[in-house]
Amino acid sequence: MSERKPGEQDMVRRSRGEVERSSAGGRNRPTVRDSLLPAPAQGFGVTFAQIFRKVTTEQYPFEPKVTKPRYHGRHVLNRHPDGLEKCVGCELCAWACPADAIYVEGGDNTEDARFSPGERYGAVYQINYLRCIFCGLCIEACPTRSLTMSNDFELADDNRGDLIYTKEQLMAPLLPGMEQPPHPMRLGDDEKDYYLRVPGPSPAEAVSGEKV
Amino acid sequence: MGLEEKLPSGVLLTSVEKLVNWTRKSSLWPATFGLACCAIEMMASGAGRYDLARFGMEVFRASPRQADLMIVAGRVSQKMAPVLRQIYDQMPEPRWVLAMGVCASSGGMFNNYAIVQGVDHIVPVDMYLPGCPPRPEMLMDAILKLHHKIQHEPLGAKRERALERAREDGTAKDLHVEMPSTVRVDKKARRAYEEAAAAGRTGQFGIEQRGGNAVLLPGAGDRR
Repeated sequence: MSERKPGEQDMVRRSRGEVERSSAGGRNRPTVRDSLLPAPAQGFGVTFAQIFRKVTTEQYPFEPKVTKPRYHGRHVLNRHPDGLEKCVGCELCAWACPADAIYVEGGDNTEDARFSPGERYGAVYQINYLRCIFCGLCIEACPTRSLTMSNDFELADDNRGDLIYTKEQLMAPLLPGMEQPPHPMRLGDDEKDYYLRVPGPSPAEAVSGEKV
Repeated sequence: MGLEEKLPSGVLLTSVEKLVNWTRKSSLWPATFGLACCAIEMMASGAGRYDLARFGMEVFRASPRQADLMIVAGRVSQKMAPVLRQIYDQMPEPRWVLAMGVCASSGGMFNNYAIVQGVDHIVPVDMYLPGCPPRPEMLMDAILKLHHKIQHEPLGAKRERALERAREDGTAKDLHVEMPSTVRVDKKARRAYEEAAAAGRTGQFGIEQRGGNAVLLPGAGDRR
């Protein structure tokens, strides 16, 4: 600070945005402690009190982390209750993906090799987890609820190749009552029958939120 | 490297190797390379709730000379690439690199001219961690997988050659690096996972363990 003549302070020109402060208040005011304890006792008291507080540390690898049920984790390709794949190979997920992480190749179902009800199925289905940002736009785009997300997140690996998940890894497991495709439609003679089937107890749709 | 080259291979050397690897993995000091949002998760992992200190990793070194592990957290721009390489070069060996998040691993959603499409274009990467950003548990999982890898690293040229030979014969032990950490710490689950891996069903393992549920439900976690 340059020296100033007395009386000049009041006329000092302030630049825009500068706040005028009176010298009496603000920083120059001595701080008042309201504690009667000596300062070191008060300070260490804070440290000491921590001992009795609940520890917040998660014991992660030993106690599995339970995420929220709608956490965006690894994808799953679901099945119909008879084991047929829900994916129809429409590639809408791949189109919706902002990171271009999904690669789909559709294939035609034939009468002797049926993988999904309807005309087509996803013959090749790959998700590159080194591109996927888990935004869930693919889930929103999926017209058959074939693609959903699980809560699994422990995906790290030591090479890029293994992090491109193929259809074998993404397919949901075969639950009791399911049959490994290809096989004919078990839940109806034609597609209308198949999709408008009477709702019954089916293992594939037993989303456990609905279970008691 | 040094003395271990002169030693007779066998019981002594494998024990030394185990000991050395154990010391290396038990105090793996990370060099921070926080570049974007992943760095926030990385900081959270070091803090009290997730507490990387449990694995001897609480000291995030800002100086590369004191660091063993570079956690590249965030997108690496082309301009940042030489800086990153220099930091890596300044780290003393043995050193490891963890690409945290999709941007560091492969460029992620930033598939453009400004971003390096994966730090493995610049430095050798030991562990890729997907997620945008990965939650602290994911980072811890990746770190624990890296620990597992370090524990089984060969020490010296002789052991490296032996491992190379075993790989060619197909007798090398499969480390299952991709095994989730929560599975690895649980002996029973680990055995089940190894069986599933032998059958090529690792993708379905988690859902099968939960009895067909893709999602974890509150209260269902302790069933695992």
